[in-house]
Amino acid sequence: MKTFLRILAGLALLLVIGVAAFAAYAWRSEIDPVDPPAQAGLDPALVARGSDLAAIGNCNVCHTAPGGETFAGGLGIPTPFGTIYSTNITPDPETGIGRWSEAAFLRSMREGVDREGRHLYPAFPYDHYTLVTDEDNRALYAFLMSRKPVRAQAPENELPFPLNMRMLLAGWKALYFREGAFQPDPNRSAEWNRGRYLTEGLSHCGACHTPRNRFGAEQRELHLAGAEVENWTAYAINAASPAPIPWNAESLAFYLRHGWHQEHGVSRGPMAPVTANLGSVPEEDARAIATYLADLMGEPNQERQTRAEAARAAIREEGGAPRPVQAGASGSGIGEAIYVSACEGCHDGRRPLPFGGLNLHLSTAVNGPNPQNIINVVLFGLPGAKGEPSAMMPAYRGVLNEDQLVALLDYMRERFSDLPAWTDTRERVAQTMGGERKVTVYRMDGTTQAPPESSMRTTPWP
Amino acid sequence: MTKHDAKNMTRRGVLAGGGSLVVGFSLLSRALAQEGEVQGVTPPKEPRPKLPGSLSGAPLLDSWIRIDANGEITVFTGKAELGQGVKTAIIQVAAEELEVDPAAVRLVTADTGRTPDEGYTAGSQSMQNSGTAVRHAAAQVRDILIAQAATRWQIPIDGLRAENGKVVRIDGQALDYGALVSGETLHVEAVPQTRLKPQGSFRVMGQSLPRVDIPAKVTGTPIYVQDMRLPNMVHARVVRPPRPGATLTNLDSAAVERMPGVVAVVRNGSFLAVAAEREFQAIRAMQALEAAAQWSEGTRLPDPDGFVASLKTFPAQQGVVAERGGGGAATAAKTFQATFTRPYQIHGSIGPSCAVALLENGTTTVWSHTQGVYPDRRAISEMLGVAPEQVRVIHVEGSGCYGHNGADDAAADAALVAQAVPGRPVRLQWMREQEHVWEPYGPAMLTELRASIDETGRIVDWNYDLWSNTHTTRPGPAGSLIAARSLPNPFPPQPVKLTISPAGNGDRNAVPLYTVPNLRVIWHFLPDMPLRVSALRALGAYVNVFAIESAMDELALMANVDPVEFRLRHMEDPRGRAVIEAAAEGFGWSGDPLPEGRGRGFAFARYKNLAAYLAMAIEMEVDRETGRSRMTRVVAAIDSGEVVNPDGIRNQTEGGIIQAASWTLYEAVAFEETGITSIDWSSYPIMRFGAVPESMDIRIMDRPGQPFLGTGEAAQGPTAAAIGNAIRHATGRRLYDIPFRAEKVKAAIGV
Amino acid sequence: MAVTLTVNGTTRQVDADPDTPLLYVLRDHLELNGAKYGCGIGQCGSCTVMVDGTAVLSCVTPVLLLEGRKVTTVEGLGTLDAPGPMQQAFIEQQAAQCGYCIPGMMMRAQALLQANPDADEAAIRTHLEPNLCRCGTHMRIIKAVMRAGELMRQNSQSGGAT
Repeated sequence: MKTFLRILAGLALLLVIGVAAFAAYAWRSEIDPVDPPAQAGLDPALVARGSDLAAIGNCNVCHTAPGGETFAGGLGIPTPFGTIYSTNITPDPETGIGRWSEAAFLRSMREGVDREGRHLYPAFPYDHYTLVTDEDNRALYAFLMSRKPVRAQAPENELPFPLNMRMLLAGWKALYFREGAFQPDPNRSAEWNRGRYLTEGLSHCGACHTPRNRFGAEQRELHLAGAEVENWTAYAINAASPAPIPWNAESLAFYLRHGWHQEHGVSRGPMAPVTANLGSVPEEDARAIATYLADLMGEPNQERQTRAEAARAAIREEGGAPRPVQAGASGSGIGEAIYVSACEGCHDGRRPLPFGGLNLHLSTAVNGPNPQNIINVVLFGLPGAKGEPSAMMPAYRGVLNEDQLVALLDYMRERFSDLPAWTDTRERVAQTMGGERKVTVYRMDGTTQAPPESSMRTTPWP
Repeated sequence: MTKHDAKNMTRRGVLAGGGSLVVGFSLLSRALAQEGEVQGVTPPKEPRPKLPGSLSGAPLLDSWIRIDANGEITVFTGKAELGQGVKTAIIQVAAEELEVDPAAVRLVTADTGRTPDEGYTAGSQSMQNSGTAVRHAAAQVRDILIAQAATRWQIPIDGLRAENGKVVRIDGQALDYGALVSGETLHVEAVPQTRLKPQGSFRVMGQSLPRVDIPAKVTGTPIYVQDMRLPNMVHARVVRPPRPGATLTNLDSAAVERMPGVVAVVRNGSFLAVAAEREFQAIRAMQALEAAAQWSEGTRLPDPDGFVASLKTFPAQQGVVAERGGGGAATAAKTFQATFTRPYQIHGSIGPSCAVALLENGTTTVWSHTQGVYPDRRAISEMLGVAPEQVRVIHVEGSGCYGHNGADDAAADAALVAQAVPGRPVRLQWMREQEHVWEPYGPAMLTELRASIDETGRIVDWNYDLWSNTHTTRPGPAGSLIAARSLPNPFPPQPVKLTISPAGNGDRNAVPLYTVPNLRVIWHFLPDMPLRVSALRALGAYVNVFAIESAMDELALMANVDPVEFRLRHMEDPRGRAVIEAAAEGFGWSGDPLPEGRGRGFAFARYKNLAAYLAMAIEMEVDRETGRSRMTRVVAAIDSGEVVNPDGIRNQTEGGIIQAASWTLYEAVAFEETGITSIDWSSYPIMRFGAVPESMDIRIMDRPGQPFLGTGEAAQGPTAAAIGNAIRHATGRRLYDIPFRAEKVKAAIGV
Repeated sequence: MAVTLTVNGTTRQVDADPDTPLLYVLRDHLELNGAKYGCGIGQCGSCTVMVDGTAVLSCVTPVLLLEGRKVTTVEGLGTLDAPGPMQQAFIEQQAAQCGYCIPGMMMRAQALLQANPDADEAAIRTHLEPNLCRCGTHMRIIKAVMRAGELMRQNSQSGGAT
């Protein structure tokens, strides 16, 4: 008994020591508040560079609420653990980062800790931003400090206990976070290194395109292998890319700059604001990202090249007058009948992108791992950008019932892909139509490369 | 159109109504004589006294107003309802002066078989021309009826009054109008002097009488030419070449002719169309024809890069629009100089152009939403090689008009197809892409402005040069019609010529209304039209007012004077001053600072410098991060003379502001050397609900006893300028090149 | 092919090719004029009708999808002599210029108010975004839809049909 008590006491002591040690390990000091720097004193060249870097980093995408002011935060970011609200990163002293010194900003980017020393949730992608150089961080800081201060308090995060204990994040970081600035590979070109620096760092492409484990950390062994985010599929952009026509640096650079490519289609879903942002940055930066990603994807093997040729050949063969609808409103031919009567008029590939519909022989979505993106686009359409030329597609929610949409998707997969049928089509259709899978519809900027608007996220079109 | 008409728009209804009236109708000969004048036939020798409005061209009272034995009153106007509410307003003036209930007035609008030739329904002149004519005719008819009653009763007219369709004696005895008219009573010429009702006695004018056309429009009652459905009618679609100038080189149409429902493939030179029993069959056949037709290359369009700037290098004729003073530069202390541009822009009616045509007994009847039934008849008859009497053009409402759009061309298309299927009515509607590509555009323009103020802040010198095509290539000549240009012996486009007129064209509103001692305004008239152009609402006034009012703001800044005050200091016209003051007061204009990203803008113009006055103040928000901008609050004051229908004026002005805001913020025709690339609403976006202002307040200055001045085009120029001025105020940057898309605003703002 | 659908409460059998857009079935086969051709590719909303209570673009909806479905056009909202609340509101507010886009606006607004009778101005603006008006009648259309909401709420409180 005594022994037992002794052991118990020992364990308790260990626990206390452990907790204390962990607390000491997890503890980060507060960095003293400062008065917001005078905007007039900011170096315009530094601010301008920071503006481009902020666009590459897509800061506006998460730090802007629907209908809210840019960078004022408040956007709810759904995670498997709960909803995390983005913070106000305008220089407002009370609700924004106006009292953050440059050192505090640099630490947050490098270590994922706020000015007060609290650990930040990795919804803020410091696992990528840690790579950003001090020089770039200083430019970003100058840019953000030059913005209009907006008084806007972000809502409290909606996380259950114990996930709302920020100290636990130190443990997460110990397991999954490697702090440290980017190290260039001397054996590679400057462009490749620049591309890698941007892709893995500020652009944080992996945040969407790399699958996460059950603790929400990116799985290193599946780097850029494709994932699902907010009920949109981010396709593999490594060697496993499902694009029927393999990407190359040229086509990727065009796509990233313009938001569409003739042989790949238009950017939509959460990718739309990314391409809109990249439309405004120096072309060589978009090109560098493309160069690095194209290298990751590698030279397409013989099989992929053959598939690409087959897709192009199929398009040539099908070019001609519209096909008559053979099937009726039900039965086995219904998918084809719907496709031919409702879709093919625009998707016959006769009118060039971005205004014409993509010929689906070229569609990554049809050749993707699941039909989710097609479901989203068919149901909710592609709303046009406000006052700027852009791709548009009407929404078919309200017209197609579950059976009809499933039949349409099955037909598309069968006709436009040589891959096996999807297995979860009906489940996804039902969940999306029923609202169980919530889908955010993005306006898109097809050609104009204008920066995205504050309220890029809209409710689905009725 | 009355309820009754709207419900029964069948061939029988439409034809029967007109047929009985055409016979022996005094008007026809008059109208033809008028056309003769236009075509250069010697005018009548006796000078006529000048009659008010369109009465001068059609002086017989029964050309305008007829009353039958049952007292049924029919009013005729040569103007057309374009959605501007003119039917309601004309009914109001007629009912007022005739002393009848508005519901008792049946109105017949533009129809070459029935109504006076009032040219085009354009230039915001319907009320000046037709409203004035009908008002005077109605007053004179009323007095004739009173005189008739006096004769009948053998008493002096002093004690008689007209009331509710009757002439009433002091003792209460009354005679219905119907009892007072006989065959020739109203078949008399109008006299120059009219006894109009005195101010303060109006029952109907000045009231917001609900529009007579709206109930039909909100219930799906057939009212548009697009809705016409005549017995045995076929549906047609036209196939256009890939670009202008291309000719049809090869076509095997056998397969199309065998398609279900196809009635005829019509090929006439390079004019190609198809008619089918059902509308969707016609569309399918059109698509197949498009795939089968082979065309020559046609005319290449100019290089779009830097195109608008290159307008200055086009061959040009110079026209002096205005010149006065000289030597102002000596006292100039500060000078503002800038170049302003506007791209090609479209009318963009939501419903593509449509017409119905029927060839029967040698006469082709065309139902069209044209702005000018008589000029269109002239063009179509010339194209068909028949006498004008063998063509009748009847106006039926279409989708919004906004100027010379595809209406006349669609009418010509339908008329040509009708020749191939005699006896069968042909309904032909353009596809969206055809409307975007083939309607005549509002011309691209470039203007240069240089203006100076002296030490005291007064404008001393003003130089303005504008480069523009004509803004009018309307029908009259067949060569104005696409179909006529496509025939085996094509009608050439009418040569254009530079004309300087008080109302103006490309030079409309090029002269500031402000007090400027030294001034020179030149129109560099560009005869070459690489893209087809014609009248778009406000013509050159849109750009000219944009330039003038942008300059006024910059000069005010240089003079360190509030922009409203600066305008007032240079405005002598009391009605101009009144709208400026009313808009500023209604808006709560001040120099108080606004939150970051917000700006105020002010602008003023008197349309054509001789029609309606409009001033407006707006607030805009400009997102510094994206460059996206939006009007949030608008207050405008308008003086369009004596007010017939206040809500109609408000509706037109609200619409004018929103449409012009859409032009200014978003719109530009896109093209490549191989053709037009803005072919729908995704490639040519316009304003949607998300960008519409939060509030809009239109204040009307009533001017009892003053002439009608028109309303529809008063707002376009001021809107562009007010937006530019508000963006300038919000961002410190002035924009000179329309449209102000987000990208351009962001580039101007910088980081 | 024969398709059976219910239009404005009446069951109609239509002999049309299955790929025929609903728009042409309504206009050409059933002689209803409310739905208008504007663009044919679902960009302007002038062809909007309701299918089972949802706003649908009839120009891009092949009739083969509508077997047994309930279609409502503006003719189903009331008549010249007895306009429904939506129509009454548009007349009251004089919410039309050329009027070509108006039936489509009304049908989209009707679908909104049936689903959400308390829709506020912001919701109305967002909801009407797919529909274009070129005359610039937007301010009045918004007011009319708000007024229609009021009328419908009054009707439902007084037990009347909406």
